[in-house]
Amino acid sequence: MLTYITRRILYSIPVLFVSTFVSFVAVSYGGDPLGQLRIQRGMSQHTLHQLYIQYHLNKPVVVRYFYWLQSVFEHKFGNSLITLQPIWPDVTRTLGHTLQVVLVAELLAMVLGIIIGIISAIRQYSTFDYVSTSFSFLGFAMPIFWLALLVQILFVDIYLHWNIRIFYTSGLNSPGNYSTWSLDRLQHIALPVMVLALISFAVYSRYMRASMLDVLNTDYVRTARAKGLPEWRVIMGHVFRNALIPITTVAALNIGAVFGGAIITEQVFTLDGFGFYFLQKLGSLDIYAVMAYLTITAVAIILFNLIADILYGFLDPRIRYD
Amino acid sequence: MTESPATRSTPPIGPPIPAGDPGVVPSGAGIDATVAAGLELKVRSQWSYARSRFFRHKLAVVSLVLLVAIFAVGVFANYIAPYSYEALDFNHLLIGPTTVGKHYFGTDELGRDYFSRVIWGIRTSFEVGIFVAIVSSIIGLVVGAVAGYYRGWSDNVLMRITDLVLTLPALAILLVCSKLFGGGTQWRISIILALFFWTGLARIVRGIFLSLREKEYVEAAKASGAGDLRIMFRHILPNTMGPVVVNGTLAVAAAILTEAALSFLGFGIRPPTPSLGVLVADGETNPQAWWITVFPGLTIVLIVLCVNFVGDGLRDALDPTQRRVRA
Repeated sequence: MLTYITRRILYSIPVLFVSTFVSFVAVSYGGDPLGQLRIQRGMSQHTLHQLYIQYHLNKPVVVRYFYWLQSVFEHKFGNSLITLQPIWPDVTRTLGHTLQVVLVAELLAMVLGIIIGIISAIRQYSTFDYVSTSFSFLGFAMPIFWLALLVQILFVDIYLHWNIRIFYTSGLNSPGNYSTWSLDRLQHIALPVMVLALISFAVYSRYMRASMLDVLNTDYVRTARAKGLPEWRVIMGHVFRNALIPITTVAALNIGAVFGGAIITEQVFTLDGFGFYFLQKLGSLDIYAVMAYLTITAVAIILFNLIADILYGFLDPRIRYD
Repeated sequence: MTESPATRSTPPIGPPIPAGDPGVVPSGAGIDATVAAGLELKVRSQWSYARSRFFRHKLAVVSLVLLVAIFAVGVFANYIAPYSYEALDFNHLLIGPTTVGKHYFGTDELGRDYFSRVIWGIRTSFEVGIFVAIVSSIIGLVVGAVAGYYRGWSDNVLMRITDLVLTLPALAILLVCSKLFGGGTQWRISIILALFFWTGLARIVRGIFLSLREKEYVEAAKASGAGDLRIMFRHILPNTMGPVVVNGTLAVAAAILTEAALSFLGFGIRPPTPSLGVLVADGETNPQAWWITVFPGLTIVLIVLCVNFVGDGLRDALDPTQRRVRA
């Protein structure tokens, strides 16, 4: 097991370097990195030239990649080329906001999805099963941005017509309020959480149902029933626990989709999150900020892939690594 | 090289469909025909089995009919749409759905007819979806076939590239690519999407090739002097057609959804080309005019839902070894 984990970690290091290198080359050739500065008033040629030298923009792209790597390790992703401010404080702030939204949404989606999945597997082909199945099919076909917009329009209309403020439709806090956990924050993040949760819920409930049905057909469940266990003990003790194993993998591998969903919802609800930050920076071609986003998400995805594999090994002793 | 459980839990690769099973094994059809002629039995080809299995799936058939209808609307957009997608009607600015002036889906603040714009958007969406499905299927097939058949270093290199693509944050990378190379037309966006959509199929095809290359009939073909290409394309490739068709269908839906998301965020297809994502984005600036948001979005949902159901039906019909559960 330990050798397996070490090998996987060693293997993901070159993957990470290759992927960041490819993105770096692509992003660097995307346009003039100082373009936004050039159009600013009062920006002298002298200053621009100095920045060129200071940020090694006169060097070939391969050399610049290594300078960038150095800045990643020594200065936590270095400075933005557009604002000339350090990137790291922005990253920690926005990432914190995103994590809050995403964690709440995923938790909600997982709990609901598992419960609904169990019920529709036990009552296969019942009305409940059909309703929940149609619901999750709708979830698969639903563009996140559209759902987010619909919810937003709905709550804006409720506010305009009846002057009732149930949930806010943009931002993270009301002006003057900076609390992370409060009713005000909850009212602000409720809608993005709902949208993200609904999309993930479709995935979890579907997989949970399939996984439950798989286990329900196994021999050991028949044995458990044959020896006279009450049905709820068969379901909770034998079926549910084993059906949960594949869900851990699904949840861990879902992280890429969650990051993507976060970009879209944060854009619609103008949340000061990591995805929103990325879109802003991509729009202004702030290459180092974009690289920071790509690197951090790539690390997260690789890490979660690894966690998924290791968890699977712990939960299912039939899986042997090495 | 141990395979991780994550890769193992992806679609069942594995033992090919046995010859007796009504799967997709067209190779035995000739023998069946001669035997059947002697016994005067009705000959049913594998495709007819598959067809009857597909038509048993009511939801898939209904979806297919609906999909063909929507597709036809897109293809004949210039005959069906009452207006051009950029025609301005200054007498009807920002009106809700009415029959006045054939503005069934209302108009925006410039008086552009949303019924027509949605129809043109359908056309763009199908262009993207079908192009991406075909190109990504071809890439996936070739990569999977080469990796699975030749194994060794080519397998290693190709699968590492596949891993790399799978570990990238998909939407973010697509956004970066569209920003840098997109240029806003549907064809450029389609090429970018196709370059990211082939990985799943490549893995499946590789698995099939890995297991089938050891089969006796492949050995027999080799012994009778068939070249690598002939074995790959004549003898093994037909067995991958089930997964290829199913994956291609689902890729249409995924491509349409992704294109819409990119366009919505302003990094995909850009106006004036009408894309359903762009149309929904127009709704963001007009929150009071609900029709601008609702109709294009509803169209996306309808198309994707239909494509997914057809894909499910095809999976049941062509690929009986796979489970019915989608995802």
